[in-house]
This record gives sequence, C-alpha cells and structure tokens, in this order.
Amino acid sequence: MMSGRDIVGFAANALLEHRRRTLLSLLGVAMGATAVVFLTGLGEGARLFVRGEFETLGSNLVVVLPGKNETAGALPGVGGVPNDLTIEDARALSRELRGARAVIPISTGTDLVSFRERRRQVAIVGTTRKFFDAMNLRVARGSFLPTAELGRGSSVAVLGNKAARELFQDRDPIGEVVRVGDARMRVIGVLASRGTQMGQNIDDMLFAPATTVMQLFNRSSLRRIMVQLNAYADADAMVEQIIAIMTERHDEEDVTCITQAAVMESLGGILRALTLAVGGIAAISLAVAGIGIMNVMLVSVSERTSEIGLLKAVGARGRDILAVFLIESALLSAMGGVLGLALGRSLLLLVSYLYPKVPATTPLWIVLSVLAMAISTGPLFGVIPAWRAMQLEPVASLRKG
Amino acid sequence: MIRLSKIWKTYEMGTQKLHALQDVSTTIEQGEHLAIMGPSGSGKSTLLNIVGCLDQPTSGEYFLDGEDVAQLSDDDLAEVRLRKIGFVFQSFHLIPRLSALANVALPMVFAGVPAAEREERAREAIDSVGLADWSDHKPAELSGGQKQRVAVARAVVMRPGLLLADEPTGNLDSASGRQVLDILCGLNQQGITLITVTHDPNVARLAERVMVLTDGAILREVEGRKVSTLDDLFSPVASGARDELA
Ligand SMILES: Nc1ncnc2c1ncn2[C@@H]1O[C@H](COP(=O)(O)OP(=O)(O)O)[C@@H](O)[C@H]1O
Ligand SMILES: [Mg+2]
Repeated sequence: MMSGRDIVGFAANALLEHRRRTLLSLLGVAMGATAVVFLTGLGEGARLFVRGEFETLGSNLVVVLPGKNETAGALPGVGGVPNDLTIEDARALSRELRGARAVIPISTGTDLVSFRERRRQVAIVGTTRKFFDAMNLRVARGSFLPTAELGRGSSVAVLGNKAARELFQDRDPIGEVVRVGDARMRVIGVLASRGTQMGQNIDDMLFAPATTVMQLFNRSSLRRIMVQLNAYADADAMVEQIIAIMTERHDEEDVTCITQAAVMESLGGILRALTLAVGGIAAISLAVAGIGIMNVMLVSVSERTSEIGLLKAVGARGRDILAVFLIESALLSAMGGVLGLALGRSLLLLVSYLYPKVPATTPLWIVLSVLAMAISTGPLFGVIPAWRAMQLEPVASLRKG
Repeated sequence: MIRLSKIWKTYEMGTQKLHALQDVSTTIEQGEHLAIMGPSGSGKSTLLNIVGCLDQPTSGEYFLDGEDVAQLSDDDLAEVRLRKIGFVFQSFHLIPRLSALANVALPMVFAGVPAAEREERAREAIDSVGLADWSDHKPAELSGGQKQRVAVARAVVMRPGLLLADEPTGNLDSASGRQVLDILCGLNQQGITLITVTHDPNVARLAERVMVLTDGAILREVEGRKVSTLDDLFSPVASGARDELA
C-alpha cells in the first residue's frame, strides 16, 4: 500500500521531469482561476460599492411615487390617470404618520442658472431643510435651506459644490443673487463636495424650497415624497400606513412606495446574480484548462507506458497507478489554482488602486470556491487518462520501450 | 515451488490462432536455476511472464508455492509480484528521472515500507551489487552493466523467493554480462529460485537445467553442464543430451 506522501512525491517528481509542459498546463488553470477571481471580485466590489452608496444615504428612507406599480385589479384606462402628489399630500403624511422622522417633498427640474456672464445648466431640486439631514449632506459655507412651513417658499438657494465653483469661481457666493430661469434666488449656502452618488452628481445641483421650484417650473405636483423613518420604525409597517393615508386622500390606491431596503436588496440580488453569471462564464475557461490537463496527462500516460508496466511488475496495484496519475493532475490544477488566486487578487488590488471607490474584495467564498474548482478540475479531467493507465496490460506495456 | 501443467497461451490473430505456448508442463524446485532457450518467438518471454504472474495462460494450471494462481484477484497477483517475485528485463526498465537508489527502493514504496527503512534496505541492496558509489546517479549516467545491476538490486530488495531474468545479458557486452551473471548465480546459491531466458549457451551452461522451446512447445530439457553448442540443443534429433532427460 502506497502512502499518500509517496504518491504525492512520485507524482511531483514525474511533473518536474517535464517542466515546460507542466508549466504550460498549469498556466492554463491559473488563467482560468485568475479570470474567475478577478471577475467575481469585481462583481462583489460593485455590489459592496452600491451598498456603500446606500449606506451613506444614512437613514432609512421610503420614497413615495405617484402611480400604482402593479396593474393587478385595475383594468387599463378604468383607473384613469393617477392623482398627482401634492404639497397637501406631504403635509397630511407629515401630520398623520407615526414613526416618521421627516416627510420631505421633492420637486425637480433642469434649468439654466447664471451669475453675471457665467451660466450653467443645472439640476434643480425643490425640497426642505430636512432633505440635507436625510441625505447626510454637509454645508461648506453658509447654511441649509431655512426651516419653513411647507408651502411657503422663499427665493433662496443652496448650491452644490461644483455648481458654486463653476458659477462663482473664487468669489464667495454667499449673499449673491443668481438667475434661475426667469427667477432670481439668493445663495445662502454651498454644500461640501459629495461627488457622484447613485448616478446623480449632487455637487452639480441647486437646492431651493419645494414651492419655489414648483412655481419656477409652473407645476402643481411633486415628483415624489421621501419619508425618513425613526430609528426603530419598521419600513413595511410604514409603507402600509402611507398607502392607507394616500388611499384615503385619493379615494384609490394610486401611489407606489419604494423602501431603501427593498431597493438595496433587489439591486444587491441583481449584482450578485451578475457576479455569478460572469464567474460562471469565467469558469468555462477553467474547464478549457481541464481539457488541457487531460491532453497532457494522456500524452504522459502513453509516453510512460513501459514505466506503468514496470510499476505493475514490481507490485503496484491498479489503484496505486490510478492514484499516482490522479494526484499528478490534481497537483497541476491545484498549483494553477493557487497561482491564479494570487494573480486575480493582484489584479483586483490594481483596480482598487486605480479606482479607489471600488473595494478590491476577495471574500472567502470566492477564494474557497475557486480553489475547490481548480483543485477538482485536475482529477475530474484526469480520470480518463488515469483510468487508461490503470487498465494497461503489464505485458504489453513492458514490451514498449 | 512452481508447478505448471498443460499450459497453453493462444492469441487470436484475426481468423488464425497463434499458439505462443503449447501444452507446457514442468516443475521447478525452490532454489533451482533453470535456463530457458529457444529461437526468437518460441514463447520464452510468454512463459516467463506467466510464471511471473504478469500474464495469464489461456488454459492449464499454475501452482506457485501450492497456491492456484488462476484463483487470485488482480490485487492478489500484485501482492504476489510484490512479495514473491523479482523481475530483470533485457532493457533494464529503470525509471529515468529517479536516482539509482530510488529505483531500487521503488518496490518498497508499494509495500508501504517506511521511508527510513526503505533507504537503508535500498543502500544495502545497491551495495551488494557493487554500486554504492552510484546511488545518487540517474540511469542515464550509468553504463549498461551498471543499469542491469541496479535492476537486479531492485528485483531482490523485497527478498523474493523467485527471480525471473528475461535475456538479462542481451544488451550487454560480455564483460559486464559476466558480472551480472555472477550476481544472479550468487543469489541463486543463497537459495533464490532463478529462471533465466537466454540465447547464450555459455549462460545456459550455468543452469542446472535447460528447457528448450520451439514454437511454444518444450522440445527437450537437458542438464546445463551438458550444453555445448546451439546446434546440439536445437537439432530435431539430439545427440548425447537426448538420453539424459528426454
Ligand atoms: N500480445 C500478443 N498478441 C499476439 N501475439 C503475441 C502477443 N505476445 C506474443 N505474441 C506472439 O507469441 C509468440 C511468442 O512470443 P514471445 O514469448 O515474446 O517469444 P520469445 O520471448 O521466445 O521471443 C510470438 O510469435 C509472438 O509474436
Ligand atoms: Mg522474449
């Protein structure tokens, strides 16, 4: 009975005899493993990045949108156009909701903002002071929008960091008046830089009271209402409350609530599925590498026919021969897997060095599954060659060479 | 002890049948030295491989130390080859990537002998064929005679009772062939059963008994010391030797 150590020693020795061939088939596995580690790592990085984005939003938010998401129950056309969300709706929610820390109306549009001869197309957000708190925004200078009764909009504006720089350059914008479309607004604050978040560049926006923005764009409805929950409030219960209140006000259920948790969950799910899909495609390259190993091992078995005959003559059993060749292919793929892991991980580090926002993660489940895949590739594709070696007739094999 | 009775080995060559061995029966005592002679293709290797449990006869009985070899499983046969039988081949069959010492130790790997003991016994064996200084050399660095001596050391490292040599000097010059034969005969004198396949009457003369095969059948068996020329052995009507054992 051959000891495990002897099998590995014998197999490693045989691999070392053909260094170049060993290295090449090992590199095949390494490339496959690199691809899997790198691509799934990127996917995981993207997922964590998105989750991080959500987390910097801080508090638990429910977004109320006009229109019902599902068609269930209502025949097309019968339900008619959904009622708009109004300032009154926001006010009612603010009055009646339990567990809400803030109810924040949001009206949006895009217009030309100018200061003297400098002008810039800017996204305009009409909201209230509580918006800044809910979004974890900080002011660099001046102050946020004033705390005012909903519906009473003064002509003041808070500028995003980039918008302020573009319009004012080195000047202090605080107290200056900008033109926004046909209106004029006094700049009372500039936000600290935040960068792009959830695909929106908050730095390049202008914030003004909700009613001011609604007047500016000549609208009577809000784009949406954001509800910020108390620390201990339950998002699902809050959604039920909101829908009940809105149904009461509109005489039909015509709003959609999106919770931050649900968005995070479904987006996370999509990204993870994408990660697995990409990882799966990369795993195909591991299978290709496996076929490379099979090829190399088949060549090796036919080259070593007389050696196999001799091993049988000196007393090796069929399963000793099988073990030697299986371990040989396992060693090939395992070394390739480890090398690929190191390479993939290095590539990820390089990416996160170039794009610091994307975390270079190689979670344990990726490490373990890549190693498991790589290590099993060898024996899986090595079975046929090893079986063939085991089945060789000793007399016929000895006759060769 | 080896007892062969009515051994046939038949190969189907398309529609034709080729009898590599025909009705071979003989008994070989423990410690005997038997030489097998015969023209190329006469079935010498086939017989040796059957005796070595590397091959099975098409029909006939083979008892090795009282055990019916036909009843043994593949694993049992491997065990028999491991413990009871040593092989020496014309073309040495050393593993080129392993040192002489590792080649000698190889059977012990399959016997599960611990590494330290393996090394000790392999050194002893390689020393006994006079190659202690060549232990760490690869086969490619050895002469033909040295290779065959390493192969002999490998064949006896498990202390088998039976040593089978298929034309052991066939690839060697006469001087190194002589050295190998001396070692084989020395082992035989210590009690190992030795069966040598050879073309050389000088080799056959060293054996106690010579079996002559033609077309897979035993033509005659003679005493080794009576062997003088090949003509003598292979002539259909044997002179002198005929009366001895026929
Ligand atoms: N696997 C095989 N298939 C067909 N014929 C074989 C096979 N092995 C041996 N033979 C034939 O059997 C005969 C005896 O072969 P062998 O024992 O090798 O002869 P020797 O060793 O005396 O030269 C030869 O005719 C050979 O061609
Ligand atoms: Mg032969």
